[in-house]
Amino acid sequence: MKKKGLIGAVFFLGAFLLLAAGAPVYSASEAFKDNIYNTGHLKSRDSVLKVKVGQRAPDFTLRAVAGGPVSLGQFRGKKNVVLSFVPAAWTPVCSDQWPGYNIVKDLFDEHDAVLLGITADNIPTLFSWTNQMGTPWFPVLSDFWPHGKTAARYGVLRSDGTTERALFVIDKLGVIRYIDVHDINQRPSLEVLMGELEKLP
Amino acid sequence: MKAKMGIGLVVLTALLFSLCPELPAGAPPAVGGTLPNVALPGPKDGADRRYLGLSGSFKIPEIKAQAVIVEIFSMYCPYCQKEAPVVNQLFARIEGNPALKGKIKMLGIGMGNSPFEVGVFKKKYGVAFPLFPDPDFAIHKRMGEVRTPYFIVTKIHPDGSHRVVYSKLGAFEGVDAFLAAIVRDAGIK
Repeated sequence: MKKKGLIGAVFFLGAFLLLAAGAPVYSASEAFKDNIYNTGHLKSRDSVLKVKVGQRAPDFTLRAVAGGPVSLGQFRGKKNVVLSFVPAAWTPVCSDQWPGYNIVKDLFDEHDAVLLGITADNIPTLFSWTNQMGTPWFPVLSDFWPHGKTAARYGVLRSDGTTERALFVIDKLGVIRYIDVHDINQRPSLEVLMGELEKLP
Repeated sequence: MKAKMGIGLVVLTALLFSLCPELPAGAPPAVGGTLPNVALPGPKDGADRRYLGLSGSFKIPEIKAQAVIVEIFSMYCPYCQKEAPVVNQLFARIEGNPALKGKIKMLGIGMGNSPFEVGVFKKKYGVAFPLFPDPDFAIHKRMGEVRTPYFIVTKIHPDGSHRVVYSKLGAFEGVDAFLAAIVRDAGIK
């Protein structure tokens, strides 16, 4: 009898947990259907920043999904730059964040800013994934090989080889003006980012 | 012994729910059923208040209409972005038809979207019907955590009671066919 009770309790607990887990709330867009891998809840931050506000942003050259190399240096003296590192293709929050940026090119333009999206995925994966969003207007860069080199240089490479969900605002002189290494499980507010761009000279 | 087990389960349930105060999300509103008892914030915009015929916090069945079309969307959802012009067309079709204008009303709920983000979507696509933010997913949760875009049509009876007549994920098949189905199923007169 006791055993039965225990089995009942375990069954009940399991059923409850299944129910409580619910559906992932981010990336509930039909565009991704059942193709989003559920990462579950992750450690909010898993790296140590190696740059700070006021410093010159380390230069890098990465391959873009649309073809060709893109360097941070090529925007110096011309454009403000927002770097958006996201953890990985086909994961819940990331599949949500960039489609949002994809409809606000005008807001970036208003602030004379370009957006560079970066993950440590390879080009074919990034190609398939970003195609699901409608092709992004901003360069999507692959920091795949040497794996996560740029992310590591900024201090946003996690111990599992994915990157943090991090935003860097870099002014036209190449100086870092804002850093947000966000809780990986949450989408950063667009409003806050736009507020930071507003502050640029 | 059985009674003891029952008590044990009740205690276990209570314990689990106290550990996990966020209740599991319900199912999406079903056709033939009613909407979850969710309050929306009062519309900020005067035109939106006049359109919906109310002021202050409200529940969807309180809207002055015979039927209300609710779109659950997100500024971050590519399909909602793609669908926005079609949804605008639907709104224009209703407003442009004297037999439907004022009888069928529309609103959108931006799941997980802040007021700023809803504002971005409204401006980007020139959405003319009221859109409401749902920054903490609270309404979305009550609506069964549906994927987006999700459309719910509710018939509102003269006595204030209501009944869901359409509840479905994804783009509808053509503006005219969708509108005709609403008029039929909600019995718009």
